[in-house]
Amino acid sequence: MILRLIGNIAGKLKTSFFDLLPIIVVVVFFQTIVLQQPFPNMLETLVGLVFVVIGLMLFVEGLELGLFPIGENLSYALVKKGSLFWLLSFSFLLGFSTTIAEPALIAVAKEAGEIAVESDLIKPEIESSYILGLRISVAISVGLAILIGIWRIIQGWPIYYLIIGGYVMVIVMTLFAPEEIIGIAYDAGGVTTSTITVPLVTALGVGLATVIEGRSPLTDGFGLIAFASLLPMIFVMGYGMFIF
Amino acid sequence: MLIELGITFLNTLRDVAPIVLLIAIFQIFIIKKSIPRLKNVIFGVVLVIFGLTFFLMGLEQALFPVGELMAKQLSNPEFITKTYSGSLTDWQAYYWVYIFAALLGFSTTIAEPSLYAVAVKANEVSGGTIGTLYLRFVVAIGVAIALVVGTYRIVVGDSLATYIMVGYVIVVIQTIFVKKDLVALAYDSGGVTTSTVTVPIVAALGLGLSSVVPGRNPAIDGFGLIAFASVFPMITVLGYAQINDLAIYFKKLSKN
Repeated sequence: MILRLIGNIAGKLKTSFFDLLPIIVVVVFFQTIVLQQPFPNMLETLVGLVFVVIGLMLFVEGLELGLFPIGENLSYALVKKGSLFWLLSFSFLLGFSTTIAEPALIAVAKEAGEIAVESDLIKPEIESSYILGLRISVAISVGLAILIGIWRIIQGWPIYYLIIGGYVMVIVMTLFAPEEIIGIAYDAGGVTTSTITVPLVTALGVGLATVIEGRSPLTDGFGLIAFASLLPMIFVMGYGMFIF
Repeated sequence: MLIELGITFLNTLRDVAPIVLLIAIFQIFIIKKSIPRLKNVIFGVVLVIFGLTFFLMGLEQALFPVGELMAKQLSNPEFITKTYSGSLTDWQAYYWVYIFAALLGFSTTIAEPSLYAVAVKANEVSGGTIGTLYLRFVVAIGVAIALVVGTYRIVVGDSLATYIMVGYVIVVIQTIFVKKDLVALAYDSGGVTTSTVTVPIVAALGLGLSSVVPGRNPAIDGFGLIAFASVFPMITVLGYAQINDLAIYFKKLSKN
């Protein structure tokens, strides 16, 4: 029993290690052959790598045991309850609450505030309220994105009409938005979906598409994350146009 | 190190707290039913929290310092003049940066936990026809191409918006000509590529590069690599779906 457990864990550690092997090879190759530099803090790096391997293994295990079942269970329970209102408010709140505290977003928003002050777009006094406004607008946009995505699954609309419509909006907004905000707006789309949100949202969408009759989990279940990375771009550019 | 581990743990808890709170409120007050096999689920969530803590902590110890150092060293004028004899404004001068960007994009994407989660789900609902490693491989190639194009753009100083729009046009054209069952998955794979592993090193690369290349402003040109990394995987995954379609088409053709 214990032997089997150890064998099991060893196997999973091996999988995680192979996932990380490409990074290790790239780093070692560049440091020793291209740059020809010694490794700084060899021991710390090795300990860190062991941590990464263990962490990845635990995360993958927890995903199947915890996050996926929660997401699926919620979609079953909310559909069974038959209340569209609660399903949609849950979708919005899930997007909003996970984004407002997202560290990557806080970092990007801060940087955006500094740039806006430097290039004289806003006065230094309002920098902090500008940053907060930016975070709130991104969080609202992610909440709306999940809500629209869930609504799409219920209605069974094909995803590409909505996404292509979103692209057209991004392009139109880009023509009118101040140049300084465009780079940040584009990057804001990429940083909003965290490692815990993605599995939950995916399980929610796929679960919903499984429960609702006539929807295919593969064709209809995915796509929530796509909305969550598109809408923030539109909102951040809109925010830029509104403020400046 | 223990203190750092503790701080990372608290940070992870802070990230998880709003979600746990939201789900708990909905389970207790609105659904009014407990989650089946609650003990297992809680154990799973604890594993995720500990896993992310170790993962992030290890990244900060091992990868980020080395990655950032490399990004700086590779875009260092001293290194560039050693490997390239022309002027610093030539885009060819930065060829090691492009190679590094490609390999970095590929290898960090393979290790990206969110992409892993989506790949597992895709494999599950497709009845095993979409292999988890396949999808991750195709997405990783997309990120690799994205970072090469993105670093090239920083060096030559072209407009970010133009590149992104061209990317969108390609995605739209591909969408028209592909069987629609994989479209949603392809769109999703754009958003999941850039989370914990890729963003910090890529940001360092962009900022480092734009502060070295003459005539670039890090505040404006340093951004955009992340945006590229969310468009190109869509193109490669859609491309993969198209190749699949073609393979099926030719199989049918040869049967007749």
